[in-house]
Amino acid sequence: MDRYDLIIIGGGPAGLAAAISAKEQGVTNLLILERDQELGGILNQCIHNGFGLHTFKEELTGPEYAQRFIDRAAELEVPYKLQTMVLDISEDGGEKTVTAMNRKDGLLVLKTKAVILAMGCRERPRGALNIPGYRPAGIYTAGTAQRLVNMEGYMPGREVVILGSGDIGLIMARRMTLEGAKVKVVAELMPYSGGLQRNIVQCLEDFHIPLKLSHTVVDIQGKERVTGVTLAEVDENRKPIPGTEEFYSCDTLLLSCGLIPENELSAKMGIKLSRVTSGAVVNESLETSVEGVFACGNVLHVHDLVDYVSEEAKRAGSHAAEYIHNWKEEAIKETWELEVEPQNGIRYTVPQTIRPEHMEEKLTLRFRVGAVYKDRYISVYCGSKRIFHKKKKKMAPGEMEQVTLQKSDLTAAPGLDKIIMKLEEA
Amino acid sequence: METRELICINCPLGCALTVTMEQGKVVKVEGNTCPKGKSYGEKEVTNPTRIVTSSVKVLGGNIPVVSVKTASDIPKEKIGACMAALKTVAVKAPVAIGDVILKDICGTGADVVATRNVAVKI
Amino acid sequence: MYDVVVIGAGVTGSAVARELSAYQLKTLVLEREEDVCCGTSKANSAIVHAGFDAEPGSWKARMNVEGNLRIRQLSEKLDFPYKQNGSLVLCFEEEGIGKLEELKERGEKNGVEGLEIITGERIWEMEPNLSRQVKAMLYAPTGGIVCPFKMTIALAENANVNGVEFVFDTCVENIEKTAEGYRIETEKGSYETHCVVNAAGVYADVFNNMVSKRKLSITPRKGEYCLMDKKAGTFVSHTVFQLPTAMGKGVLITPTVHGNLLAGPTAEDMEDREGVQTTASGIAKLSQQAKKSAENVPLSMVITSFAGLRATEKGGDFVLGEPEDAKGFYNAAGIESPGLSSAPAIGVYLAKQISEQLGAEKKTDFVSTRKDIPCVSEASPEEIRRLIEEDPAYGNVICRCETVTEGEIVNAIRRPLGARSLDGVKRRTRAGMGRCQSGFCAPRTMEILARELKKSPLELTKTGGKSRLLTEV
Repeated sequence: MDRYDLIIIGGGPAGLAAAISAKEQGVTNLLILERDQELGGILNQCIHNGFGLHTFKEELTGPEYAQRFIDRAAELEVPYKLQTMVLDISEDGGEKTVTAMNRKDGLLVLKTKAVILAMGCRERPRGALNIPGYRPAGIYTAGTAQRLVNMEGYMPGREVVILGSGDIGLIMARRMTLEGAKVKVVAELMPYSGGLQRNIVQCLEDFHIPLKLSHTVVDIQGKERVTGVTLAEVDENRKPIPGTEEFYSCDTLLLSCGLIPENELSAKMGIKLSRVTSGAVVNESLETSVEGVFACGNVLHVHDLVDYVSEEAKRAGSHAAEYIHNWKEEAIKETWELEVEPQNGIRYTVPQTIRPEHMEEKLTLRFRVGAVYKDRYISVYCGSKRIFHKKKKKMAPGEMEQVTLQKSDLTAAPGLDKIIMKLEEA
Repeated sequence: METRELICINCPLGCALTVTMEQGKVVKVEGNTCPKGKSYGEKEVTNPTRIVTSSVKVLGGNIPVVSVKTASDIPKEKIGACMAALKTVAVKAPVAIGDVILKDICGTGADVVATRNVAVKI
Repeated sequence: MYDVVVIGAGVTGSAVARELSAYQLKTLVLEREEDVCCGTSKANSAIVHAGFDAEPGSWKARMNVEGNLRIRQLSEKLDFPYKQNGSLVLCFEEEGIGKLEELKERGEKNGVEGLEIITGERIWEMEPNLSRQVKAMLYAPTGGIVCPFKMTIALAENANVNGVEFVFDTCVENIEKTAEGYRIETEKGSYETHCVVNAAGVYADVFNNMVSKRKLSITPRKGEYCLMDKKAGTFVSHTVFQLPTAMGKGVLITPTVHGNLLAGPTAEDMEDREGVQTTASGIAKLSQQAKKSAENVPLSMVITSFAGLRATEKGGDFVLGEPEDAKGFYNAAGIESPGLSSAPAIGVYLAKQISEQLGAEKKTDFVSTRKDIPCVSEASPEEIRRLIEEDPAYGNVICRCETVTEGEIVNAIRRPLGARSLDGVKRRTRAGMGRCQSGFCAPRTMEILARELKKSPLELTKTGGKSRLLTEV
């Protein structure tokens, strides 16, 4: 049986950055398992630009961004297996067993000290949205359409309605338009877009594609291929308002209605998941509830910038390296751990818990807000003491925010069981 | 005096810009976080430009299309013409990132370059 | 000249064809869709009813009870998933207990074994998630669940292997009596035959009425369903019914044989025989009724919703056999619930009648068994190793939600009556049936379909006809 120090599940941006960082920290016996036929993950189909401004200080397309990491991994001789699907991860006495399979090796049963989860996320399909109507051809998630157009060279259709204004939906509105399709409308259930502002400008406004907020699809027509959809306005409870129905003829409905971290393997392993993020609950080291299993990237929580994924994954990689270097040396079970409690407009934070003694001097907490806010302070309280206070002009659920905490602030309050993060009026 | 409200598209921050103009000339850009925002604001109201990303056919490659981009931004009104020009192009594998696929597309001065590697189909 | 032409390749037509294939008969199945199992057979509760519900002496009662036994045997012979999980009928009022007793008595008359009325805490010992409003329930241990796709496909495939021809994409337009039997006219030419089996689902009345003065009238009754994630699959272990009403057996909650949870159907009489759209009101009704059985039914874990049409004949019973004025024309009409459960019995019953009329002998070389596509997700590590060794494509996972491999998809395309569309692959292998509903695997399955069928991806369909998946750039 093959034994490893570290197995990284997923060779997308998160898995690559985690592997590179672990290797740089001296973990040599590691392996990436990737289910697709190439490294790079979803970036390979994200041919638009806007990646890498933080990481490389230049604007790259998805494949270019991925290639930088693939090249670096190759330089470091990070081993990987492609078209390899992980079927199971289990843990016994600290050691983990990863079961996977591929064409060449057949069924693989691998032992490892540490695991980094970097499986990414999937799109919410029509079924999960319970959109009424027929079930014809021509209904795709935006990501599937993106793959078809950008990697296979086919168009899903010619006349398009898009439900959901997530970034992939916006990007695909532009992409389909550039390829000659007519994108008639983008409908968004919420009163605000789930995508980045810049994408609304350069993907919709540039091409005069209307964005209908507080609207949803209430019927899909067409028995064989989509022939049209009916949109309706929704009330504040997101219920369609009778009488507001409007029919759009189209042959394609694209869905961009949210991403769900793919944590089936994690759940099966017994890892504690957050109900808000659908990702693992992690501590400051991005370690899950199972010791030696780390998580990063979109499997942990859905990001809007790959740059942040890379940064997070790098940290997961170095924490995994640290864990491997200290393997079986120190069993610190009873460590002081405090919870980060999101309040008042803040939906979640990652990490959710902090062990101040394990913190580096500074720790970045990422979070999302639950609605659109203007001119609010982000505050973090350690007991009654405010340790972070910063004003933001605008915050929206579609845009991830972050705060940086100082280790010294937390260690100054020993015994505390939680810190509170909340929004406050200016 | 005239003002225009814009969202900067340079980076995902999406700063809300206010551009003030006088007789067709930009006199002030506010709301930007970086110098790029200022130049975006100035340009967007006078000569808006975009980077165009798309894909072109590959012959004999391990994948059927290769992603491409304009190496620099081109005037917004030329986007349609550029897309039409790209439709007529097919490149032979192998292709490497940065390979010039089309020189000086539509007289914009910008080259179209590959943004991914494509190996020869085995 | 055919001996028998079967109209319709749903579960009933396929079951009849399979039983006919045991005889020395030249048999043809005509199907208007591109594949078997495209109508009611693909959108139903996937239940093998015990048989307590139907009126004693009715076709429904006879065929259901016999079919229940036959499905158990067939599932082994033809290798399709079946599980005897037992079913429960709930009653929510004290007065309803009398009705449960009636149902039990009726079931016993029908020959259903092991029926028992359960009261008190035993209710929740058997099903902890049931509503506390349940006063009593009828337990039918012989109730079961089955994969209706795999069952229909197995029957059709076995018929095909035994010499039955199948012609797809062919709609019957007219049927005429001839000196020797019948002429069946289709958009693509006509077929002469001695006998006809009318297994045309919601259209069976139309074909009957072409040859017989004993008119049938079928009203499609729509049932909407919600299918939930496998995470919800253990919410109940039995099939949970409510006391039946005039509109049918009501909304049930059941595990599926593949480990999902299913709730449905609603019951709405329709005019449109193609009206399989789901509706917001239907799903709302379904949800409300399902919650009556179990308040916490996890409908939020829905992965897809769908609707099917039951072929409800005005007489209320199945219509089986020859009308007096149309010898050689065999109806299998009005096949609503418990049609799936009854299909194997209907097949045997009609095949016997037809073979007797035509004086056909049994074949000596009838192949009575078949093996399904290997299922990697349910295979043991040793089996997986062996499969990959024999064909490395079994190591290449295409559908990640259901762990379906390239080997299984290729097998599904290449075998007799193989898949030709995305949905055809899905029904045979479950690729695309999982929680992402084909978001990841559709492009890759299309690639395999195009390669295997030697077609351009542009020609591929979701489910035949005009359901094209792609257009050119």
